Formats: sequence, structure tokens, C-alpha cells
Amino acid sequence: MADEKAVLTGMHFMSGDIACAEGAIAAGCRFFAGYPITPATEIAEHIAARMPKVGGIYIQMEDEIASIAAVIGASYAGLKAMTATSGPGFSLMQENIGLAAMTEAPCVIVDIMRGGPSTGQPTLPGQQDVMQAKWGSHGDYEIIALAPSSVQEMFDLTIEAFNLAETYRVPTLVMADEVVAHMWERVVIPPAEKIKIVNRKKPNTPPNRYMPFMPDDDLVPPMACFGEGFRFHATGLTHDEYGYPRTQSSEVQTRLVQRLCDKIRKNAEKIIRVEERMLDDAEIVVFAYGIVARAALSAVRKAREQGIKAGLLRPITLWPFPEKHVAKAAEKAKAIIVPEMNCGQMVREVERAAKGTPAYHLPKLGEEPHTPMEILEFIRRHTR
Amino acid sequence: MPEKFWRTPLDIEKISKFKAEIHILKDQCKGCGFCIQYCPKKVLEESDEINARGVHPPRVVDEKNCILCSFCTAVCPDFAIFVKEKQCKDGC
Amino acid sequence: MTEAVEQHPLSKYLRAAMMPHIWCAGCGNGIILNAFVHALDELQIDFNKLVVVSGIGCIGRAAGYTNVDSFHTTHGRPIAFATGVKLANPKLEVVVISGDGDLFAIGGNHFIHAARRNIGIKVICANNFNYGMTGGQVGPTTPLDALTTTTPYGNIEHPFNLVHLATAAGATYVARWTTLHVRMLTMSIKKLLQKKGFSFIEVISPCPEIYGRYNKMQTGLEMMEWFKKASVIANFSDPAKAEITPERIIVGEFVDFEKPTYEELLYSKMAQIMKKAEG
Repeated sequence: MADEKAVLTGMHFMSGDIACAEGAIAAGCRFFAGYPITPATEIAEHIAARMPKVGGIYIQMEDEIASIAAVIGASYAGLKAMTATSGPGFSLMQENIGLAAMTEAPCVIVDIMRGGPSTGQPTLPGQQDVMQAKWGSHGDYEIIALAPSSVQEMFDLTIEAFNLAETYRVPTLVMADEVVAHMWERVVIPPAEKIKIVNRKKPNTPPNRYMPFMPDDDLVPPMACFGEGFRFHATGLTHDEYGYPRTQSSEVQTRLVQRLCDKIRKNAEKIIRVEERMLDDAEIVVFAYGIVARAALSAVRKAREQGIKAGLLRPITLWPFPEKHVAKAAEKAKAIIVPEMNCGQMVREVERAAKGTPAYHLPKLGEEPHTPMEILEFIRRHTR
Repeated sequence: MPEKFWRTPLDIEKISKFKAEIHILKDQCKGCGFCIQYCPKKVLEESDEINARGVHPPRVVDEKNCILCSFCTAVCPDFAIFVKEKQCKDGC
Repeated sequence: MTEAVEQHPLSKYLRAAMMPHIWCAGCGNGIILNAFVHALDELQIDFNKLVVVSGIGCIGRAAGYTNVDSFHTTHGRPIAFATGVKLANPKLEVVVISGDGDLFAIGGNHFIHAARRNIGIKVICANNFNYGMTGGQVGPTTPLDALTTTTPYGNIEHPFNLVHLATAAGATYVARWTTLHVRMLTMSIKKLLQKKGFSFIEVISPCPEIYGRYNKMQTGLEMMEWFKKASVIANFSDPAKAEITPERIIVGEFVDFEKPTYEELLYSKMAQIMKKAEG
């Protein structure tokens, strides 16, 4: 159950960034380390003002690398911790996101995507980081990434990100775009007792028999924190269940890395969420996420009015990728339209999962997201 | 306590000279030689035996000369040597 | 082998399952670890409240060898990680043990900011003048003209004067010792553990296998003899004049004062704000 003082129950008019910050606080986040970057700066500013009031810590670190390192440290010291950034900062954080994945540190990283690559278009939306969310760091690992498409979802999905991070001991990403972050919409914040909060599993073995990386049946090890008397070791090197480095063993590497991947893959059913609209008899499926999904829904409705059997499949979870949902929708569909604000990223996953049903990419880069008319036009073009 | 006194202390009957026991964990030693070199009383020297690591661990020349300064204990990088005061009844 | 180390009186501070350590014969890292656990023992420190964080490098393995909560981070980041730990739980004693390259090349930015902020973490730097773990490349403290694998014709870079850097960045305790000055080092570590603010000890440490061998000091003993010949104890001298040269290594304490730490200011401000919010 959420902390009552921290939850601003009621109806609000907020921007996405502010809703995300409030979601984090409602979820129990009490440590934020960040660095200013457009368009995520407002999250840091709002948290700087709110955190002290709920007994949490805000620190502006010297760069994004330090921010994510401090977040992992705070997580290991027992707090729910978060950072927020955009493309350039997200790139800087990748090494330590890998460290969080390897040491199974629960944490939330918010990436407000903007036009890239490099400095790009700081004040305009993009969806160019979605593949980087999955493959950004070196090595084999799995993360969870959520894509909010409304300000309400910025609130709700930030809470869900914390719950997932704590459940699976994995860095969880909130991949929003600049439009969702900066637009202002109505947000309903429920009473604290209605907000579901998940905390990390604590060990039930005594300290002298605790193995920090020995998984339970769900492949997730219970997590002790510094200062609780467990005196354990964690390292970014390949390690055994005691946390000790075992860099020369293929057996240990296989066991560890496979488990880090299986932890998410085998629990994918419980993690994946999608929104399906008018999909039952859809012949044209529109696969869209983030702000683009809003225009896509409008386009799908208009298409239906014009007699086209269109449907919307909106992934709320970008990673793990909702393969089964795409495969099912693809069975009856003649084509899948994938409007994205990039040169073709999630469309590749859709193609792979669609097993033969053609997927058509509709890119739009810079300035503004797709309009419903643009998507409708594209749908009509592929209705033959 | 020194072997010879320039003036005999009045409580010499009551105070007994401490004795040191030097423990060498031979197979921990990597043969760096710091303990041998920096012992102020030159109590240690390199032995002829070869330990599990293929080096010559130190050996005690004369334990009676050890003044329990514990410098060897402090300077050993491998936790391979330590000195303790010998706990014994009178007539040690 | 592990049975052997358990006989040692300080073995309770060491992780028996990971001993013996990987460090070379004559490597100063073992001496630093030894001095550290001596200090812990003399202070009878609560080692359930101690966290050791290390970076990448030979000395980085030290976190794994101490029998306390420990974390081995990515290269250069132990100080940033330690900042998160200390702020999340200020009751923990957080000590960063890492190397000259990890703390001052890739990690340089984190060092100066943590010192500037006066985060109450303690930093022990094993300065062996090169990147030993990767085979002996030049580092930010490699002396001018020294030979390393990436300066085969002699180093043309001026090295950092770490005590000067730490002092200028705002550290509240700055000391330099060599691994020969083990007793003073232990004393300094004890002081370090009792300070409130950001504290730093630079330990000049032999790397005989690599740095020593390339620079005409084949064994640990030869390097230690260099320390013996060149070091001068000068407490509270000017850190700006304490550059290390082959002829002179000034050791001692340079700075020792207190000023409000980041976490003191943070938590007192938070208390004020929370009181105002309720009242």
C-alpha cells in the first residue's frame, strides 16, 4: 500500500513529466539522482521540490553516468531509486544499465525520447531509442520497457515500472516521447490504499547461509541490502550464486547469463500488457505505441466508419515484445501498419512475430507525431 | 627486554620477559621478502624449502630475539606471517 | 589453502572462500588490505555497518576479499555508487578502495564532485603508477619519462599530484603514505574511518611485476627500498609542493578539518521542510 502523505489523491491537470514524478513518489521511490536534459528536466525539478517533503532524497549528480551509478547504489542500500533522462543521457547510462542488469539491482530509468541521433532535436519528439532500450548495453541481458501514451499512463506506468523492477530485480525503463512528457492532461490519482505496491523479496535464510544470487523458482533471487548484517558481495564480473567472481568458468557464465535472460523471458506472460481495440475481426492491424497510438486509434475509428476492418494493437510493454499478441492478430490480418517516429525499429519485431503477414512501416521524423489523417491514408493504401 | 641491563630494575623478579611465537603460514607466502628485509631484529631469513607456490618462505633464525613489534604481521601482503605473545605460566 | 588463512588473527575480516588473493608477489595491494583490516580491528568497527566499494583494477578485488557488504562497480564509478549508498543510509560507513586510474582518469569527475559536495565517503587510492590489471599502461599518475606499455619511448605527460587535487577539490582529510609506512597508514585509516566528511588517503604501492619491471625495479623489495630512500615525512606541509619525483616522495597528513557534510545539510533541510509541510 502506498504512503498516504505521498499520494496526491484526487483529480489533477498535469504534464506527463510531473505525472511521472508523482507516480514515482506514489510508488515509494525515495531516491532520485539525475542530470538536467531536455525534455526530462521537469521530472528532476518536480522531484527536487517534492522529495524532501516525503522524506526522500534528490541529488543532481555531475553527469548521467554518475546518476545511474548513484541510483544502483541507493537501490542496494534499500531504497527504491530512479533517474530520468533523454537520448544523449540514455546512451551515457548504458554501461551501468548493464551493471544493474548483471547485479540484478531494481531501478527505474525514464527515457523521454527526443529527435536523435546525437544532440538531434532536443525539444521535439522521437521514438528512436526503442531498440536501444533492449540492446543498448553490451552483453546478453533482458530488461523491461513500458511505453506510456497518455499523461495518466505516465503516472500509472511509472508505478508499474517500480513494481516490475522490484518483482524481477531488473532495471525497468519507461520509454515516453517528448509529446507525452510535455503535454498537459487530466490525471486521476487514486487513494493510497488502492495503489498496488510491490517490494523486493527479502531473504528468509540466516546471514551466514545467504546466497545473494541463488534464485527461487521464479528465477529471481531474494535481495538483502547493505547494513542488514548479510555482508554479501556483488560484482559486475561474472559471478556465482555467492556473488564471488568466477571469470574463468563457462559453466558459471552459462548459468548466470541464461538465467538473467530467462528471468524475463520465462515470466513474459505475466509482464506483457497490450491494449487491443477492434482487433477481433481486423483485417488491417495498426501496431502503434506512445503518442502515435493516440492518432492511430483515431485513424482506426475513422477507417471503421469508412468500412475498413481496422484494429489497433498497442503494446504497453515494448520489451519483452508481445510476440504472441502480434502473431494472433496477424493470423486474420492482411497487413500490419506500424507508424513510428523513427526509420524502422519496432516494425522489425512485428515482422518477425507476424510470420508472413506483411508489415508496413510509416515513418515520421521530427516536429510532430503522425496525424490521424496520415495514418488513415496509409491504411487505405494498404487495403487493396 | 634487553639481555643486559645498565641498571637492574627493582621489580625484575616480578616482571617476566615476554616471549614471541612466530607463525608462518608457509603455503600462503609468495616470497616477497618484506618481512625478512624489514624485521628490526633480523629474526627471519629465507629458508631453503620450497612451498606449494614454488618460492622459499621465511624461516625463524632465533625466536628469542623477536621483540613482538609485529612489523612482519603488518607488512605481509599475503597474511602469511603473524606473531603472538606466547601465553605460558612461570618458567617459560 | 583456505584453512591456512583462517589461522591468521585477522581472518574474520577476510572472506575465507575467496582467499588466497590474486595479487602478485610483492604487490602493495595486499599490504593495503592488511593495513585496512588492522585498522578495522583496532577500532573494533561494527562491520555490519561497513560497506566497501571498489572499482576496476587489481585493487578492485579488495572489495571481494573483505568480509563486509561490498560491491565491485564498473570502471571509474565506485565513488558515484558510494554516493548513492551513503545518502540512502547515512548510518553506513562507506569506504571506496580503488586505483589511481579508476579514481582519477575515468573516475576523475566523480572524485572532484564528491569531494566538493563533502559526501561522507572515505577513499583509499592505491597508486601504483600504472594500469596494472591490463598489463601496465600509462595512467594519470605515471611519472614523466617512465616506461609503460603505451609509452614505450617514455611518458611525456605530467602526472597528477593527487594530494593537491584532493585538497583543492575540498576533501576534509588528505594523507599520503607508502606501503612501507604500514603503521602510519593504519593510523591514517583509523582517522579516516572516524572522520565525518569526504576523506582521502593516497597509498604509494609497489607494482613489481609490471611497473617496477619496466622501470628498473625488478622486485617488490627494490620498489620498497625506493620508497624508503625517497620518502620524507612532513605533516601538514603544502600539498601543492608535494609532487612525486624519483628523488622525493612527501608523505604524511596534509589536511584535517571538518565542515558540514552533504548528508548533514540534506537531512537537516529535509527535517525543516517536512516540519513545515506538516505544520
